Amino acid sequence: MSGWIDGLFAPFVEFSFMRRALVACLALGLGCGPVGVLLTLRRMSLMGDALSHAVLPGAAIGFLIAGFSLTAMSLGGFAAGLTVALLAGLVTRFTGQREDASFAAFYLISLALGVLLVSTRGSSVDLLHVLFGTILAVDDRSLLLVAGIASLTLLTLALIYRPLIVECFDPGFLQSVRGRGTAYHLLFLVLVVLNLVAGFQALGTLMAVGLMMLPAAAARFWAQEVWSMAAVAAGIAVLSGYVGLLLSYHHDLPSGPAIILTAGMAYLLSIVLGHRDGLIVRFLPRRHLQT
Amino acid sequence: MNTAALSLNNLTVCYDRHPAVHHLSGAFASGSLTAIVGPNGAGKSTLLKAIMGLLPATTGRIDHAALARSDIAYLPQQAQIDRQFPITVLDVVLLGHWRRIGALRAVTAELRAKAVAALAAVELNDFQRRPIRSLSAGQFQRVLFARMLLQDARLILLDEPFTAIDARTTADLLDVVRAWHAERRTVIAVLHDLEQVRAHFPETLLLARSGIAWGQTAQVLTPDNLRRARRMAEAWDESAPPCAVDP
Repeated sequence: MSGWIDGLFAPFVEFSFMRRALVACLALGLGCGPVGVLLTLRRMSLMGDALSHAVLPGAAIGFLIAGFSLTAMSLGGFAAGLTVALLAGLVTRFTGQREDASFAAFYLISLALGVLLVSTRGSSVDLLHVLFGTILAVDDRSLLLVAGIASLTLLTLALIYRPLIVECFDPGFLQSVRGRGTAYHLLFLVLVVLNLVAGFQALGTLMAVGLMMLPAAAARFWAQEVWSMAAVAAGIAVLSGYVGLLLSYHHDLPSGPAIILTAGMAYLLSIVLGHRDGLIVRFLPRRHLQT
Repeated sequence: MNTAALSLNNLTVCYDRHPAVHHLSGAFASGSLTAIVGPNGAGKSTLLKAIMGLLPATTGRIDHAALARSDIAYLPQQAQIDRQFPITVLDVVLLGHWRRIGALRAVTAELRAKAVAALAAVELNDFQRRPIRSLSAGQFQRVLFARMLLQDARLILLDEPFTAIDARTTADLLDVVRAWHAERRTVIAVLHDLEQVRAHFPETLLLARSGIAWGQTAQVLTPDNLRRARRMAEAWDESAPPCAVDP
């Protein structure tokens, strides 16, 4: 029994790389959870995915210039993600192309470019690092970056919370009272890209968006308002990080997929058990309220 | 005659590069209650959007010099709102205080009490904590009217406020519109139901891209005018020239 409990804490007590990884997951979850909730509410779930792939060529260019430097790769990734978001947005605005098609087109170009860059100049080991992340090798500087991004995200969301939600729920009303919805939308896209860059350090480009979307999709089954959904999503994300790290430690699994699969389990459980629209609530016969 | 709350001067507005409102001139008197009617695609919604400044005028001018933007309330067609969004009834109504709370200021107890009173005025007592996804279309429209009550606007624009709304709600909300009229606010509503217009709206603008007739309802809604409006809308669909200026 005590050995079992020990297993929940010992890895973090014994190894500093596990402690760092845990703190990184905590920060990532706090930032990604609320951002993911707003993404799903804006019906942009797949655009998060597109943007996470779009980060790759920037990270690759950073890697080619500065070697395996997380700072250079992050800056590159941020620039590439933002470029794709802006280009896709502009094309949608000026040509009438659907936003999802526009995002898909640019992220595919970006992803192909990224894979090309990494495979011509780096080795396949580097490519694996970029694609699947290095959470067990997070150093102090990248930890600071991840924590900084999480703090900035929560502060910014607090400041633009009200207009951002109105813009999403009733854009016509926001236009009628002040007409500046686009600015909040762009600011929000910057936050999405920032959080993907933070996630990409730890989980890799392919997995980064998982910690954003899965807890958000699960939160919908537990909460009725945006703030409570964001809190639930952040909680699930943090917990997934912790459980995923433990699984990866005890069973010798790669940490990124372990974390995302844990979040995936949380999502599946929420579909079944969630008290709002969950399958059990929906299909189990309920007694009528007696008055 | 009253002073004009809003006047249109040779106004042309384009939608998708075709003129949707064409060389329209006239004035909405201050405190007037006007219905805008016309065939589908007659430019009714486009006109409201242009008045709100959401679409630019290609030629001509819209003058509402005496009114600031916060003096105008606008209810778009319901389809533009996400009714599954996780937000409570009270939070939606509180948005009517936008010019007092903006993006950052707190909602005081007094503002909250006013919102509760507005909900009571549209007969939605005890609905504050309900999520909007649980409301019927009629109940949700009552919520939007409660929000407009708080906006306390001098000019109120309604785009098809009673389409797909049950009869009882329509009657209650028409009472709200009449109360606004009694308070000397200027109300402009896009409507389809001509009986309703004849019964409740003293003034009417019959629109088929160009203005067909504008004035007292009984003189505007004549069979002859209605026929002309229909013919005009049909003829224009094929021959409408592209706009000179991008919308």
